[in-house]
Amino acid sequence: MTLLGLYNYWIYIFLLVVGLYAVLVNGNYVKRMIGLGIFQAAVFLLFITMDKVDGGTGPIFRGSPELDQIFANPLPQVLILTAIVVGIAVTALGLAIAIRIREEYGSVEEADTRRLDKQA
Amino acid sequence: MIFSEQLPILVVVVPMFIAPLLALVSSSGRLPWLIATATSAVTFAIAIGLVSQVMATGTIYYELGNWPVPFGIGLAIGPFSALMVLIVSGASLAALVAGAQSMDAEVGPSHQSLLYSCWLLAMTGLIGIAVTGDAFNIFVFMEISSLASYVMVANGPNRKSLTASFNYLVTGTMGATFYLIGVGYLYMMTGTLNIADMADRLADVSDTLPVLIAGGFLVLGLALKAALFPMHAWMPNAYQFAPTPVAIFFAACSTKVALFVMLRFEFVVLLPNLGEQAYFLSSLLIPLCVAAFLVGSAVAMFERDLKRMLGYSSVAQIGYIVLAISLASSAGVTAAVLHFFNHALIKSALFVAVAGIVLRFGTANLDQLAGLGRRMPLTMLGFVLAGLSLIGVPLTAGFISKWYLIQAVLEESGLGILLTILILTSSLMAVVYIWKVVEVAYFKTPAVGKLEDIKRHEAPLPLLITLWLLVAANIWFGIDPDFALSLANMEATDLFGGNP
Repeated sequence: MTLLGLYNYWIYIFLLVVGLYAVLVNGNYVKRMIGLGIFQAAVFLLFITMDKVDGGTGPIFRGSPELDQIFANPLPQVLILTAIVVGIAVTALGLAIAIRIREEYGSVEEADTRRLDKQA
Repeated sequence: MIFSEQLPILVVVVPMFIAPLLALVSSSGRLPWLIATATSAVTFAIAIGLVSQVMATGTIYYELGNWPVPFGIGLAIGPFSALMVLIVSGASLAALVAGAQSMDAEVGPSHQSLLYSCWLLAMTGLIGIAVTGDAFNIFVFMEISSLASYVMVANGPNRKSLTASFNYLVTGTMGATFYLIGVGYLYMMTGTLNIADMADRLADVSDTLPVLIAGGFLVLGLALKAALFPMHAWMPNAYQFAPTPVAIFFAACSTKVALFVMLRFEFVVLLPNLGEQAYFLSSLLIPLCVAAFLVGSAVAMFERDLKRMLGYSSVAQIGYIVLAISLASSAGVTAAVLHFFNHALIKSALFVAVAGIVLRFGTANLDQLAGLGRRMPLTMLGFVLAGLSLIGVPLTAGFISKWYLIQAVLEESGLGILLTILILTSSLMAVVYIWKVVEVAYFKTPAVGKLEDIKRHEAPLPLLITLWLLVAANIWFGIDPDFALSLANMEATDLFGGNP
């Protein structure tokens, strides 16, 4: 396989870095959650990519050996289904906390919350 | 089907099934607390059963739904896992018994049943990580416990608990995701998620690039979760702003579970299969650990908030544990396992005492705590004794773990002496920060009134009993460390095949 043929992996690395950058650099709690979402999506892509087999089908036996030679691995998809659920829970909780932060401070910017905490 | 054979799964399932039921109990009285405490007590009893089984017969294997490993998910409870389950359920029980009144003072009655529900979920996750033998299962349990923990931290009395919880959430999720990437690379190379099976199959592909990358991601992710320096920033905040009972529970066990996973991956999966690169991993971790205990102790010396001070002290203790792990020797594993157990005893005792102080004074800030020793003599004496154990004074549990740690370190020839000096320096700093509390408590006059006028106002009885039981355990295991030591030795023997 050529370097370019592995483009899925390039996208995975790109998303990973973009997500990480957004999480670390941003001072806005909602935008940080978006960054975290991108970061997690990168990992979903990694798992989905690794189970792809060229010409592989779903692992369902259809009776004739010619049709049933190559199967893609279903396990990573199942894992990622779980990971997506976890990701949704994390996003929901993170946004819920962001709402509570807004109720208490009137802002979702980290700089504002720090300033208000110092004043108090 | 014999009941005692089902203990490995019951220890996870009991708190897991009670948790949603507890969320349905909308009572604002004592009932939610009672249910949570009873569940913890049952789990603790099961944990004792598991420890005695492991001590008698060695590692327990359990196949979920009778599906043979590696196709199904298997539970594997070795000596260290059993000890971990004991620590988690014990810490939960102690924190609940000691913290009932603190919880009333800090969390509104309408939120309590939901908070206790999260508490049980966190316990489920932490115990699940300890017992499972499946790498992906660890991720799921890790997220169950983390999500519940974020909610609990966010319920603290101060609004700063919200930002603390948010940062904890971001760091924790990043850690878990890095861990998942590491597992992904290992799965690519081996096609299995069962840890023992993974270790076997890695032998064919050892010393390849993906395995090395997997090692890097796993260590990074777990270090974030475990708050290893310099990724510790979330932890003192989370401890300070969480409701105090939650802080007791977390201080004893939550970051340790990540260290437990790290130890498992390092020894079972990675070190045998990294070839030359194994030294690279150790040489990366050792400087971080040294920085962790030096910086952690140094910051603790200057902190004025007791909870924060103990949080930074935990950063230092994590440094000791990872140092022991990264020595990659049998003595190192023994020291790490011992310190896991002893530190849980020490920190939970200290935090229980702090919970009493916060309950009576409404603050954990040292500047407002003058005359503490006269107002709460029993609580304070407990704090001082547990503090001595933290420093590592002989006849306390802390001494035993320092002793084994230094012995393990000295096995490394040249570096060992330097590391020993650094460990002793850090212990001296612990003397300074515990002394700081003693000075305020016994020798400072309060701003208003005279020292003689202070009325005695002890912490409530359940808290005092828990505190003194923990302090007694600290001294008991300092004089007779056989229990934790035999489990630690069993674990070291398991990992190194009997030739230390």
